[in-house]
Amino acid sequence: MAGNMIVVGMADLKACKSPGVLTTLGLGSCIGIAIYDKIAKVAGLAHIMLPDSKAIHNNTNKAKFADTAIVELIREMEKLGAKKINMKAKIAGGAQMFAFNATNENLRVGDRNAEATKKALQSCGIPLLASETGANFGRTVELYAETGKFLIKAIGQGIREL
Amino acid sequence: MAMKSAESIFSDAHLDVLKEIGSMGTAHAATALSKMVNKKVTMPPPNVSWLEFQDVANLVGGAENVLAAIFVSLSGNIQGMMMQLMTVEAAHNVAELVTGMKPPSDRDIYVFDEMETSVIQEVGNIMLSSYLTSLAGLTNSQIKPSIPYMCVDMANSILSVPAIEFGRMADKMLFIESQIEIEGIEFSGNFVLVPNLHSFYRILRSLGVE
Repeated sequence: MAGNMIVVGMADLKACKSPGVLTTLGLGSCIGIAIYDKIAKVAGLAHIMLPDSKAIHNNTNKAKFADTAIVELIREMEKLGAKKINMKAKIAGGAQMFAFNATNENLRVGDRNAEATKKALQSCGIPLLASETGANFGRTVELYAETGKFLIKAIGQGIREL
Repeated sequence: MAMKSAESIFSDAHLDVLKEIGSMGTAHAATALSKMVNKKVTMPPPNVSWLEFQDVANLVGGAENVLAAIFVSLSGNIQGMMMQLMTVEAAHNVAELVTGMKPPSDRDIYVFDEMETSVIQEVGNIMLSSYLTSLAGLTNSQIKPSIPYMCVDMANSILSVPAIEFGRMADKMLFIESQIEIEGIEFSGNFVLVPNLHSFYRILRSLGVE
């Protein structure tokens, strides 16, 4: 791992300037939301766990929910000189790790996280350039503030750029 | 009535009771596993702790360490999920012990064939059911586990499943850490128990928590 790699934990978010690199490890049903301003060369990455802060009592951690994490991430990026109008997003994650026939909708949370994330980006006016969500495997992602390059790594699949 | 924060709800005394459930479960599991593989199985009493997700990931080798996980969802009076976490090596050992066959040496260590998957799921199922039988007895509950499902992936990806389920109320989970030894081959058998909110309070009530 490169020396300038900044790790974003589960239910966490961080922003950085070029040449910083943000990463979050082993996204399962969670979603990694990568936002990039290529003019200011400012990157932001959030690792959200749940779709909606309003449906939950235990909601003080803004980074845990799609709706509140995106608002907070934009704010953190703006502090580093990014402008909302230049921000573009890519997302990854939202897997269903265990291949059962999920009738319980709580167990389909990967899909719901992906849907909620897309909706929240839209309501913030951030265009979604690319997404790789769903399937049944975990993903580690990296976002490079210098170029906006967004990489996905999965077990047995090597590294690919989204 | 205001509900207590799930973050601070377990005292050492409660953990002792949960540890007792774990120990009883371990004894049942060792007997069941011993019968299945027809070999001597030893499992010392487990450590039981109430941990942050990130600490659980660190205890099982780090966020990106690849694990084999056996998962059951729970219905009945206690709902939620329970998982057994094994290293990939331990999972291969279990399969070999039961089938008597070594995996082909040119195959990726993360790959398990249908037979191996089925064996590991069944062993996991026996261990999980043993714990759940103890828990059901102690809490006077009926617990119905689903059939077992297996997943081989990064620790964080696997732990995201219980983390999300429990994340609705807290950022911690019940982690049961045990060492299983089958005729000198040691493998870690770690368990994660994640009841839903309603069941969580049912368990606490039966442990005497007001």
